[in-house]
Amino acid sequence: MTILAPIESPPGATDAGTDATARSSRRSGHAGVPAAIGLVPFALYLALFLALPTIFAVGSGFASDDGFTLDNVLALGDPVIVSTFANSIGLSALTAVIGAILGALACYAMLGLGEGSRSRGLVEAASGVLAQFGGVMLAFAFIATIGLQGLVTLWLRDTFGIDIFADGAWIYGLPGLVLPYIYFQVPLMIITFLPAMSALKPQWAEANLSLGGTRAGFWLHIGMPVLAPSFLASLLLLFANAFSSYATAAALASQGSQIVPLQIRTALTSETMLGRENLAGALALGMVVVMAITMGLYALVERRAARWRR
Amino acid sequence: MPRTAIVKRASAALALAAAASLVLSSCAGTEAEAGDAPATDAATATSIADFGTFADLEAAAKAEGALNVIALPRDWANYGEILDLFAERYPEISITEQSPDVSSAEEIQAAKTNAGLDTAPDVFDLGLTVALQSTDYFAPYKVETWDDIPDALKESNGLFVGDYGGYMSIGYDSSKYDAPTALDDLLGADYKGAVAINGDPTQAGAAFAAVGLATVQSGGDLDDFQPGIDFFQKLNQAGNMLKVDVTTATVTSGETPVVFDWDYLNAAHTASNPAWEVVILDGTGYAGYYNQAINKDAPHPAAARLWQEFLYSDDVQNLWLKGGARPVRMEAMIDAGTIDQALADALPEAPDETVVPTEAQSTDAGTLLGANWAAAVN
Repeated sequence: MTILAPIESPPGATDAGTDATARSSRRSGHAGVPAAIGLVPFALYLALFLALPTIFAVGSGFASDDGFTLDNVLALGDPVIVSTFANSIGLSALTAVIGAILGALACYAMLGLGEGSRSRGLVEAASGVLAQFGGVMLAFAFIATIGLQGLVTLWLRDTFGIDIFADGAWIYGLPGLVLPYIYFQVPLMIITFLPAMSALKPQWAEANLSLGGTRAGFWLHIGMPVLAPSFLASLLLLFANAFSSYATAAALASQGSQIVPLQIRTALTSETMLGRENLAGALALGMVVVMAITMGLYALVERRAARWRR
Repeated sequence: MPRTAIVKRASAALALAAAASLVLSSCAGTEAEAGDAPATDAATATSIADFGTFADLEAAAKAEGALNVIALPRDWANYGEILDLFAERYPEISITEQSPDVSSAEEIQAAKTNAGLDTAPDVFDLGLTVALQSTDYFAPYKVETWDDIPDALKESNGLFVGDYGGYMSIGYDSSKYDAPTALDDLLGADYKGAVAINGDPTQAGAAFAAVGLATVQSGGDLDDFQPGIDFFQKLNQAGNMLKVDVTTATVTSGETPVVFDWDYLNAAHTASNPAWEVVILDGTGYAGYYNQAINKDAPHPAAARLWQEFLYSDDVQNLWLKGGARPVRMEAMIDAGTIDQALADALPEAPDETVVPTEAQSTDAGTLLGANWAAAVN
């Protein structure tokens, strides 16, 4: 699926709720049939495939063979689990920050291209695809290029005598996840941040210049403050994106289960440590909490960011 | 909307298990019992005698017309050929091969999730740890060749029975590396970034056995796996340990040139890489047997029992041998002269002394690995 840019209100629309309801009732045309009926299929879909599984998963964290228990949730305090959460949060934060900065620079570069130019359309289309390029495909692409026998690895070694694995095969540990994650974070940043960047009005720059301001001054006093909420919102989105990624890591790092989704896999499928299925539910609860905080912040920041996109 | 993408991925990780059970159970309502209810006598039969003759068992199984197997990769111990032979011999019975790559624990989960449905697995092939803890799910059954099976390798009531096994071994690409003669050879600079384990020992039986082997080869015993964990920590610190998931593809491409795995799985890699050799280290060896069991609630109880009889027949025991695994009736078949001698001679030499962990040792080792493994190899 592709990600669309945040929906922009039609020109001239305002936030006034009364106005919106007036419009929607006019549009529905069936007196007495609330527009909300149109939401039912989607709501049903969300309930079946998101809400229910989440409730089951989290609920299993409080279940044991003899009913309700808090043991699994208390097991979250285990040093191994704590360090796993730290790894997950650290990796997500690092790749989100790097991805956001690189993505924002790419957006800035694309401002020079016209709104409808072909190269800009190409970058946007490519970003839409690459932001979703993850999992086993991505892992294998990295193994084939910078794995121990990868094309790039061998080329560097044979041509320049550079051995990127002099200190061991880091690509299959936690550090090795950084590059693949950035690979899908940057395009996601471009998709989410470009609309905000494009919303900077040329009139503002002109006003700034005609009032004697400088280019640097424009970015410092106008561009950055206006973009800051959007940037922060995109950053949080990138964090959540990395935090919940599973398949890429599962295919690359088979030892140690360094991040939370891999620990969940271990708890569910292990044939050497049995009876830990319910710990998976507790781990999921931990992930839900982190995600809820992230998405809550996102909603707050997004509301502020939306002010400039009208 | 970007949010939907996030939602999709976030839920993917945590909803995996729940969604599976939900989707399956929501289909459950529409699932009808195929044909007649299974004859109760097949579901409670503990040997051929309960059916009458072997021909009666075959007839009952053909009447059911289906068999569900789970977690049998076709390149694992020659299962592909075994399944094909069954299909050829009993064309009336259609085999459904479910989830070939899941773990033993997931086989039992599949039985739980699909309880009462036609889709439930009829038979299991399990690691010992899971088999010992899941006896509530098994139906006792003794195959015709029950007496040939060593007592140490079968549950006395026939709830589960060893089927094939092997020794923990080191497979290596002989075109690039010398044969390791001792564990500590692998710590040398020659093996930089080259040594992998098939899986994570906190998850996979084969990887667990690799740590067990490292333990006994380092002079420890199975009461305490710490020496094995310490060895892999040293291996990791030397920069020699590879942490990628080992597959036939990684062996073929040379990405994983040295691999700890069961000897029969290592032997199978020779097909894709002719230079692949298998070494079983001198000194104490580590053996492991997989186990067969019949699902107590098997949707096709007669076919499940026919499958068991089929697996423990001379023909199929020799097919496991062809896959490099040691079938459980091997000793008896050598005495009877029914073993395929050429295949038996091709196996790597067995170590003088062999250890197999007890249930208590397995549980303790699992706990120890859970606490120390991740830190040791990071």
